[in-house]
Amino acid sequence: MEIRVNPTRMELTRLKKRLAVAVRGHKLLKDKLDELMKNFFDLVEENRRLRERVEAELALANGGFAMARAIMSREVLEAAIITSRGRAVLEAKTQSRMNVEVPVFKLAMEQANGYGFGLTETSGELDEAVRSLAETFASLVQLAQVEKTVELMAAEIERTRRRVNALEHVLIPQLREKAKFITMKLDENERGNLTRLMKVKEMVRQ
Amino acid sequence: MATFKMAVIGEEDLIRGYGLLGLELFPAKDSEEGRRILQQLKDDKEFGIIFITESIAQSFAADVAEWGSRPLPSIVYIPGTAGNEGFALERIRRIVERAVGADILMGKEVGKA
Repeated sequence: MEIRVNPTRMELTRLKKRLAVAVRGHKLLKDKLDELMKNFFDLVEENRRLRERVEAELALANGGFAMARAIMSREVLEAAIITSRGRAVLEAKTQSRMNVEVPVFKLAMEQANGYGFGLTETSGELDEAVRSLAETFASLVQLAQVEKTVELMAAEIERTRRRVNALEHVLIPQLREKAKFITMKLDENERGNLTRLMKVKEMVRQ
Repeated sequence: MATFKMAVIGEEDLIRGYGLLGLELFPAKDSEEGRRILQQLKDDKEFGIIFITESIAQSFAADVAEWGSRPLPSIVYIPGTAGNEGFALERIRRIVERAVGADILMGKEVGKA
């Protein structure tokens, strides 16, 4: 790349200041990246564990519902579901975690009292399936939170890494190059000046 | 703390159970319909979590990874008609790969097996 700077002492001082800021910024960002990574790995691990557990439990609950469907008529099942809707309220806020806005969920579930449907028409399988689903659901909400956090953290890591790389591989080398160019130029001028003086002195002596 | 609703998108038979818990159901017959619903719910801002079955999400799964800039809503896969197809882990793997530049999950699972 072409270097375009005025080879002056003032410019050199300015460049050196900028370089110092860039190096400091690079160090800070790199520290942030390291810390993000550390957090990120823990999160990913937690996410994987949670996901595996939830999926196994959900498969069970799904099986239960399929069983209930097989035993009961569609109408009875539908009626049971309509009459006994529970209430699930999700409270959510965002929290800043390492300067990334992540969601925090809190689940408030109100179970339909004693599974609002009767004993005679619906089968025990349905009760069982609903119960297991309700139990899993808290983990599912937890999973929603962790998964989203992983997603957001990943985006932040990517952004930070780009910045670190841009500083490390573009801006800082460029500044160094410019500073070096100015020093060389100044030295060269100095030498030129010296030879000129010597030459003049010799001419004067003759 | 604000309160939000939760939504489930999926095949009607599969998601009925979530209705019992008090979630809002959005039955979708196919992927296309599911995608439309998801788009709507996402812009709605009333929902904190949107659950979607893997069987509905499979055709546009690639897009979901890109919806990460806002903290809400959180979009979560649940097992679909074919059971657990490993979509969710695949998605996380992709996200991790992009962030870290290496597949850290893959190695772990291989190491375990």
